[in-house]
Amino acid sequence: MNEKNIKFVQGNEACVEAALYAGLNFFAGYPITPSTEIAETLSARLPQTGGKFVQMEDEIASMCAIIGASLTGNKVMTATSGPGFSLMQEALGYAVMAEIPCVIVNVQRGGPSTGNPTHVSQGDVNQARWGTHGDHAIIALTASNHQDVFSITVDAFNMAETYRTPVILLFDEVIGHMRERLIMPEKGEIPLVERLKTSVKRGVDYHPYLPREDGRLPMSDFGGVHRYNVTGLFHDMWGFPSSDPAIVHGLLRHLADKIMNNENSIARYKEYFLEDARTVLISYGSSARSALHVVKNRRARGESLGLLELQTLWPFPADIVREKCENAKCVIVVEMNMGQVLQQVKTAVDNPEKVFLANRIDGVLINPTDIRNIMRLIQGKGV
Amino acid sequence: MAIKDYIRERFFPHMWCPGCGHGIVLNGLIRAVEELGINKNDIVMVSGIGCSSRISGYLDFHTLHTIHGRALAFATGIKMSRPDLNLIVPMGDGDALAIGGNHFIHAARRNIDMTAIVMNNRIYGMTGGQYSPLSGYGILATTAPYTNIDHSFDVVKLAAAAGATFVARSTAYHVQQLTDIIKQAITHKGFSVVEILSQCPTYFGRKNKEGSAVDMMERMKDVTTPIGSKAKKENPDLIERGVFVNEDKPEYCSEYNKIIERAMKRN
Repeated sequence: MNEKNIKFVQGNEACVEAALYAGLNFFAGYPITPSTEIAETLSARLPQTGGKFVQMEDEIASMCAIIGASLTGNKVMTATSGPGFSLMQEALGYAVMAEIPCVIVNVQRGGPSTGNPTHVSQGDVNQARWGTHGDHAIIALTASNHQDVFSITVDAFNMAETYRTPVILLFDEVIGHMRERLIMPEKGEIPLVERLKTSVKRGVDYHPYLPREDGRLPMSDFGGVHRYNVTGLFHDMWGFPSSDPAIVHGLLRHLADKIMNNENSIARYKEYFLEDARTVLISYGSSARSALHVVKNRRARGESLGLLELQTLWPFPADIVREKCENAKCVIVVEMNMGQVLQQVKTAVDNPEKVFLANRIDGVLINPTDIRNIMRLIQGKGV
Repeated sequence: MAIKDYIRERFFPHMWCPGCGHGIVLNGLIRAVEELGINKNDIVMVSGIGCSSRISGYLDFHTLHTIHGRALAFATGIKMSRPDLNLIVPMGDGDALAIGGNHFIHAARRNIDMTAIVMNNRIYGMTGGQYSPLSGYGILATTAPYTNIDHSFDVVKLAAAAGATFVARSTAYHVQQLTDIIKQAITHKGFSVVEILSQCPTYFGRKNKEGSAVDMMERMKDVTTPIGSKAKKENPDLIERGVFVNEDKPEYCSEYNKIIERAMKRN
């Protein structure tokens, strides 16, 4: 390994490195704690490679600007935290409807409202799923350490292109601000998905919303050789508005199915000591670090504990969760909210009564002692 | 090229009400583009939501029909990516200055090269006649049944104060001036604002007893005057038409290219 490839960085910087590795060339954002370092770093890095950075007047404008830039053929990203993520929701829905590849980073802090800007939370899991109005599907990914932040960020760009959809990176304040080692992959080490472009020649009718046989929609750079229309209204294969019930039904189905039918290929997760685990911890993001600590610690003392670390939160990997929890007597979801992933796990497993919550909602990182104490309470042993 | 070569005929007849001024704006816009000889492939039209915003669907340019109030923000992403293209952003008065007011002043401040056309009919037409930030004190609207107590923006003053480097006003009645002004606005390098007074006989006219579309257009002739005219001195209430601001200032995308040069040198 080249020593130059070893970096000591914040999670936010690891995200930036990965975005650039994936080919990011346009970023629009608005300052907000705890995501600001992403914008700051990119304002310096992007123009060095001919990319563009713009600080917009708010998060709404940031989201809109990246959609415009993506349409012209760029790989794009914005970064924010809870309040800004709330503002982005309408435009995020536009990207869903118009099928525009883009990556939205939400470095979570405590909410609702201004909440707890400099402290950790994982309270936006459901907002990532249902923040924008109307039925839709969405991809949301997360990670618990900087090496994984890097690979999951590259994944996010790849999935955005593969499925022509916005992808949300749901990090948290601890991951964003903590510094640790990152080993930069060499160029080519992680495969990149480039934009699927139409083979339709100039002067030939191009249908921006006519799927190929495999369901994918090749794009033509907006402003390029084909003139077409893009709208947030329900639209036909030309991109023109339609309220024809068959078109409305077909498009809504397509938007959901293209993601929900690929739930298992979108699922990213890590497992530790699950083979014989009687108690399965399920966690993600920074709380998974504490959960892993508990698992390793108790394993050393002979307890049959395992950890399922989720990296894909949406679409929720229900099949995987069900399978991994099949033989568990007890499933404990470790998260920093009031049970947003807990509800999904309860729905996924065969016996919801064996699923418990170990959480903190006070802006403090849940630590191994917290988890251990909650486990003892669940087991009826007291702290 | 013939006018009909610029439109998407399959979407006609358009959805605007009989007598609406927006069709005249469409006509003026096409004539401006035609006279400038700009290739259809070099024009991107970005619109928001409302009656005015439907204009993009009727034109055979690269067209992006976005969300309410945000057209300029989408357009900023496109223009920064493709500075070589001509960006035209038609908006309604509510679209541009209520929900989109923030984007309007900031796009002007950046002086990014695009043409914002505010089709001002002083009412929310699509939703059925509610008062807009340009309706003005004393008018009637479906949400101002006892008269409107909101004062209106002066688009020209607002745009100029925000930093737009080309600011002009005309009306649907003065269609030749309108065409000429749009031509200047498109040619201008920087953020251009063109306010076009347009009539909405269906809602504004009916609510405020301004008569037919023809009556409303005649009124545009009566209540406006060329900039600095003698009539304006005699009657300060007249609304001036013409080019108010036309100045050179560093344009955003050109400036960003300099940033790229600086960043590459330092790297």
